[in-house]
Amino acid sequence: MDFSLTKEQVLFLQMIREFAEKEVKPIAAEVDENERFPEETVKKMAKLGIMGIPFPLEYGGAGGDNILYSMAVEELSRVCGTTGVIVSAHTSLCAAPIYEFGTEEQKTKYLPKLCSGEWIGAFGLTEPNAGTDASAQQTTAILDGDHYILNGSKIFITNAGYAHVYIIMAMTDRSQGTRGISAFIVESGTPGFSIGKKEKKLGIRGSATSELIFENCRIPKENLMGKLGGGFGIAMKTLDGGRIGIASQALGIAQGAMDETVKYVKERKQFGRQLGQFQNTQFQLADLDTKIEASRWLVRYAAFKKDQKQNYSADAARAKLFAAETAMEMTVKAVQFHGGYGYTREYPVERMMRDAKITEIYEGTSEVQRMVIAAALLK
Amino acid sequence: MNIVVCIKQVPDTTEIRLNPETGTMIRDGVPSIMNPDDKSGLEVALELKDKYDAHITVITMGPAHADDILREAFAMGADRAILLTDRKFAGADTLATSRALAGALKKLKYDLIITGRQAIDGDTAQVGPQIAEHLDLPQVTYVEDLKYSNPSTFTIKKSTEDGYQIVEVDAPCLITVLSSANNPRYMSVGGIMDAYKKDVEVWGYTDICIEEENLGLKGSPTRVYKSFTKGAKSSGQVYEVEPTKAVEIIVEKLKEKFII
Amino acid sequence: MDKSQYKDIYVFVEQREGVIQNVAFELLTKAAELASVLNEKVYALLLGHGVTSQANELIAYGADTVICVDSPELEVYCTEPYAQAIDHIIKEKRPAIVLIGATTIGRDLGPRLSARIGTGLTADCTALEISEERNLLMTRPAFGGNLMATIVCKEHRPQMSTVRPGVMLKGERNDMRKGDIEHVTVNFDKSKFRVKVLQSVKEEKNLIDITEAKVLVSGGRGVGDAEGFRKLEKLAETIGAEVSSSRAMVDAGIISHDRQVGQTGKTVRPDLYFAIGISGAIQHLAGMEESDYIIAINKDKDAPIFQCADLGIVGNANQIIPLLTEKLSSK
Repeated sequence: MDFSLTKEQVLFLQMIREFAEKEVKPIAAEVDENERFPEETVKKMAKLGIMGIPFPLEYGGAGGDNILYSMAVEELSRVCGTTGVIVSAHTSLCAAPIYEFGTEEQKTKYLPKLCSGEWIGAFGLTEPNAGTDASAQQTTAILDGDHYILNGSKIFITNAGYAHVYIIMAMTDRSQGTRGISAFIVESGTPGFSIGKKEKKLGIRGSATSELIFENCRIPKENLMGKLGGGFGIAMKTLDGGRIGIASQALGIAQGAMDETVKYVKERKQFGRQLGQFQNTQFQLADLDTKIEASRWLVRYAAFKKDQKQNYSADAARAKLFAAETAMEMTVKAVQFHGGYGYTREYPVERMMRDAKITEIYEGTSEVQRMVIAAALLK
Repeated sequence: MNIVVCIKQVPDTTEIRLNPETGTMIRDGVPSIMNPDDKSGLEVALELKDKYDAHITVITMGPAHADDILREAFAMGADRAILLTDRKFAGADTLATSRALAGALKKLKYDLIITGRQAIDGDTAQVGPQIAEHLDLPQVTYVEDLKYSNPSTFTIKKSTEDGYQIVEVDAPCLITVLSSANNPRYMSVGGIMDAYKKDVEVWGYTDICIEEENLGLKGSPTRVYKSFTKGAKSSGQVYEVEPTKAVEIIVEKLKEKFII
Repeated sequence: MDKSQYKDIYVFVEQREGVIQNVAFELLTKAAELASVLNEKVYALLLGHGVTSQANELIAYGADTVICVDSPELEVYCTEPYAQAIDHIIKEKRPAIVLIGATTIGRDLGPRLSARIGTGLTADCTALEISEERNLLMTRPAFGGNLMATIVCKEHRPQMSTVRPGVMLKGERNDMRKGDIEHVTVNFDKSKFRVKVLQSVKEEKNLIDITEAKVLVSGGRGVGDAEGFRKLEKLAETIGAEVSSSRAMVDAGIISHDRQVGQTGKTVRPDLYFAIGISGAIQHLAGMEESDYIIAINKDKDAPIFQCADLGIVGNANQIIPLLTEKLSSK
């Protein structure tokens, strides 16, 4: 058992921290304020290989692994939750399923452009009536000669409008229940595929979240990903991987809020003492620091098991559950420690608090994570 | 085009603090980094590589852990790395350092040698020009921008006290680069993954043809006679008051000390 | 090496476009002081084209002899012609000490010469004195100003040093002083003149060099952003001061590098220095602590700047500065 970082990981952290500090942090507040998708940051990340970290060189990836990818999302989210989720959804929810379930042709066609960041990826499962109960899919895909015809809509889709490649779940045979769901690759610009209204959100406001609308959208038959009827399994496995990304995002947000809080309690004085000199501060921060560190190792362990090709479903759920709840607790307390200032946009902690909340909701709510963990426990 | 970039590992001096009681430097926990001017020098080389497919060798003289910055250089895009290390090089001043580096450079092919203007731990700005002299190369210091034109001419913008100069020089030559010349690129993820797969060549005394008495402490004309930290100046009066009161105090003092 | 063969102190006189730079006078003053300890002479090296007429000026500031090299090759500074000329003089005259201003020119020329001659050079010195063994003790900051090191060059001659401009005091001009003027001709090896100066451009900076300013209004991280900095500029305008800054503001792109005070910027010693929102990292203190009077304004009452300030105000600079500007402009 070896918990030490590899030399490559040390070098990578040096790079990604500097990148986050210099390129991401300075615009984080503005991106949030204007609900602006930071396209320039995506271009910069693309150039450095950050959009294709865990994929092999032959598909244009950086040749890294999921631990490295997790570190990237953590460090980016430490300064900007929006940037973290852009990378996470792109990598875990689009490039990863193509890599894991796509045909050789699909991999060769899509992965190089996704890994290089020339294309951004997205994933569509959630529907107005199929949230936590994802099996209730109403989008349909009907085979018509060499094409599938898609009809229906998806909501709350991260990177929508900016992505070029969408992994879409649709019913190919309603009589089969979840076994009647299939996965498709849909490119932006396909006739009949349009982007609906953009959501106004509490947090991660720079991330584009929109509705996807399919109206007799014809896609080539070869865009079916995996087996016919294998879509639900692909979606669930994809979300397992996605949870590593979101857990990393939550961890990063928590760490970022901790960084700000530590800085603040050392500066701020009340009653003639630094806040950090009060035992109440010390004990609360000690508990939070412990939870953050515990989150980190849960996240890294899940990523490690994915890299080792072991079953990591419950591990990813534990990591996401714990990291998300820690992020929420940490950011709420960070605002409290900052007092009135913390409630203003002069300090970043209120943004972090707003960003943290979504980590308890998307890619499986905390309740879903508990279901996954309990199912593994009681099987 | 063959480019050699000389780089140095330095303590991040902006992180150094003084112990307020003893006045001594607190070096613990101070990270080691690639010297900023050198990193900009490497970026100049990498930009030439982007455009003209140059081959870049980085070389550093230092202890074994200077390997770190060579790996960083690999991850940024350098092709070859040499670590010049030997106990015989220890204790060298700038002249002895420049001799060792020039000795190593003589073994390499180069059209352009790049150094940073100066290192943040010593701030001497001497090693670059001294290497140029040993190798009988023309030098251009304080470089802010460089353009290459075929077959072998560099047009260079160099900073001066009151403006800049545009100079022209043919390869081979040596330039010293300012950190304000550019924003060095980040290491790429792919570069990082390969950085430890490549070999860092380790060269020692026997690899360069310089006599021992010209190297290290023995070959250094200058010696540290003593070193000390500056004592803190006795502090004046400090007021913690409302802004309007503060302004009154300042104006009062200015009246007292100066004519306003 | 027979050190007794080497004597006297030589000062490189930097001129740009025929104008002798202040640092040359500062060095001559210092050299005269050192020479009196050694009981030796001060030589000024005046290189250029059509500048010989200014030799008397150098005598007035402490040179016993001015060595003039007048040649079209030396009109605009370029490393090789200058190095050849001075190398020629040093080899012929054997000085004990050579002092050069630590300007961009001096720091280009100095190391080239030291390697050509094979002697030691100490960079960017801030103090010079003579030891009991008649060696030159050269003190300079290292590690970003955290440490001062005194360097000695015992066994090699000449002892060479570049000296930071603005640190040594320029003495009083004395037109009664007498001295010699010697003209030297150098046979240049032009095959080595490989750098061609195409263009020398003076950049309209429209600002007084901060090292020459009597009053500086200097801002740091605590000023916040460009908008905060404009408040300082207004104050500076009102009291006829120049603005300068700590490294943080330069890094943030708010002010250009030539306005930076500190170890990696410039050393200043104005009559009055306002340190506003500057915490006082050692690198900054290194560049301004010798100012005659320092007024510091900072939010943090434990900021190290207060230890070197003559007057310290704990408070929000963004509130205080506009008030102060208003008060002073009404006078």
